[in-house]
Amino acid sequence: MKGWPLYEVFIRPRNGVAHRHVGSLHAPDPEMALELARDLYCRRGEGTSIWVVPASAITASRPEDKDAFFEPLEKEYRHPSHYNIPPDVKNM
Amino acid sequence: METREVLFEYVLRLGDNALILGQRLCELLGWAPELEEEMALANIALDYIGQARMFLSYAGEIEGKGRDEDQLAYTRDVLDFRCALMVQQPNGDFAHTMARLFLMSAFNEQLYGWLVRSKDQRLAEIAEKALKEVRYHVRHSGEWVIRLGDGTEESHRRMQRAIEDLWLYTGELFTPDEVDQAMAAEGIGPDLAALKPAWQQKVEAVLREATLERPADGWMPTGGKDGRMHSEHLGHILSELQFLQRAYPGLRW
Amino acid sequence: MYTQGLDLVPKGEKPEAPKSEEEARLEAAFQRKIDEEIRIEPTDWMPEGYRRTLIRQISQHAHSEIVGMLPEGNWVTRAPTLRRKAILLAKIQDEAGHGLYLYSACETLGVTREELYEQLLAGKAKYSSIFNYPTLTWADIGIIGWLVDGAAIMNQVPLQRCSYGPYARAMIRICKEESFHQRQGYELCLALAEGSPEQRRMLQDALNRWWWPVLMMFGPPDKDSWHTAQSMKWKIKRFTNDELRQKFVDAVVPQAERLGLKIPDPHLKWNPERGHYDFGEVPWDEFWRVIKGDGPCNRQRMEQRRRAWEEGRWVREAALAYAEKRRRRQQSEAA
Repeated sequence: MKGWPLYEVFIRPRNGVAHRHVGSLHAPDPEMALELARDLYCRRGEGTSIWVVPASAITASRPEDKDAFFEPLEKEYRHPSHYNIPPDVKNM
Repeated sequence: METREVLFEYVLRLGDNALILGQRLCELLGWAPELEEEMALANIALDYIGQARMFLSYAGEIEGKGRDEDQLAYTRDVLDFRCALMVQQPNGDFAHTMARLFLMSAFNEQLYGWLVRSKDQRLAEIAEKALKEVRYHVRHSGEWVIRLGDGTEESHRRMQRAIEDLWLYTGELFTPDEVDQAMAAEGIGPDLAALKPAWQQKVEAVLREATLERPADGWMPTGGKDGRMHSEHLGHILSELQFLQRAYPGLRW
Repeated sequence: MYTQGLDLVPKGEKPEAPKSEEEARLEAAFQRKIDEEIRIEPTDWMPEGYRRTLIRQISQHAHSEIVGMLPEGNWVTRAPTLRRKAILLAKIQDEAGHGLYLYSACETLGVTREELYEQLLAGKAKYSSIFNYPTLTWADIGIIGWLVDGAAIMNQVPLQRCSYGPYARAMIRICKEESFHQRQGYELCLALAEGSPEQRRMLQDALNRWWWPVLMMFGPPDKDSWHTAQSMKWKIKRFTNDELRQKFVDAVVPQAERLGLKIPDPHLKWNPERGHYDFGEVPWDEFWRVIKGDGPCNRQRMEQRRRAWEEGRWVREAALAYAEKRRRRQQSEAA
């Protein structure tokens, strides 16, 4: 028999910051996943909000995509250090 | 009885219910159907042990004889315990465990929900903290009643059986005796009969969703909360709970 | 808690055979990453041996956590005060959680939790030998917290820097949560040490029974563990078994003295030249016997895990059946 599906768990540690991936768990359905996430990842009062996402719903980049996706270094004009501003110009 | 004695008796009941249910859940450690549920059951057990500590400490203060939570939990025998028959019932299979937790937590939700407005300030404070916990217990155990009731043929049969077995012990929860009545008259505790409709509504809604039949209300035993006639289980629960304090009386641990 | 050796290799497994040029190139790049302290993540290329070592080590670690719940669980219904009961319950619950984090880390390497359970329940997977010893008195609970968790912490702290990302992250969380485990154990021992003669007797007896099995937790001596060298090169491991064992002995001997306990080793003696305690030979025959299945509680522990898993089957199936029914209902409503 197959086991319960895998869910990824995201928790907002406190208001004002984004949800962060904290780990995963197995649960039979989304509601149970939410309750079990609370029991597993919030035992010490961590968190003000929980997301659970079926792991199968995540589309991920592959290691082979690495060069194509993550190394657009030649577009240095996107970085502020690319521009020469005279030092006497303030508040820039 | 003086009001103080009645109040002691009343708070003791709250503490003993939490203690014995917590102890029953402790027995389940390592037996959950999956690791995630192990975490959930342990959290609930911890909540009940925590509630027992608060109620029993307060009971000891009311009594004024210097007994603390541990002396109350560990040195009384069966005749002096005041827990409902429901919490004394064995864990049985997972369906029985969840059915007992659901029926009892749904009762506690109503009871604590009332107690947050109790004229007794301390009781109201404890109830406020405990209420948050039992709301989650009702939700989690309710989810399981629904999943097992509406799951497979086997799980449906087991859950129906569990609800029927445990229904017998719901009567005592709502049957007031003179302690309940005295507390209600003082505005310290609720009129138990008045709590029943909301409990019933919640329980029936979950049973319906779970495709389970609500058992008929027949004769129901009493005798746990007033200590008049406990189940045979209680003595065994206490023999385990109290073993060390009995074998080595009066030591610090 | 923790598993031992973390590199208990099945007999007959040898270091990797020579590989193709392409593989050698990938492996060199992989080793460069490790040397530069860049973490390896699940979808990155890794040598088969690295993956296999990690699956074995992480799953042994996970199994140890969940089997490790049982000896302590033996006392949770009999804890002598409500405070101790709550502490013990919370600690055992943490262990279940840690088993769960570790199974999850292991799953990122392409095995399922069910497969790992099946290996354990079929008796094919190893777990820490320490959990095959019985908890006979309440003092055992204190000794487990103080020494077993103490040994675990010493092993686990370096694992937070393990080269495999998911394992290192799980260990960070675990170490943070476990920080109270050893302290509660020592505090419990302290209460017994300051108690009645019966309580002191319990405590000394527990130390006598647990001392050598605890030293075994660090795994076989370095001279018998070729695997250690490879694991250190891959930065799965950062210290050798013997290094950690020595560090542990040095740390706990003064703690035992503070409790008024006598460590059951006639050869234990401070060596001022080495700046360490010398200690006697760990009974390795016993270690290998227990690891192979013949310890006082191996059968009992496995039997309980098997029963819990079998008795839970109908529950797990029912929950899936319900999810499937509901999915179909929602589909037909949407249609």
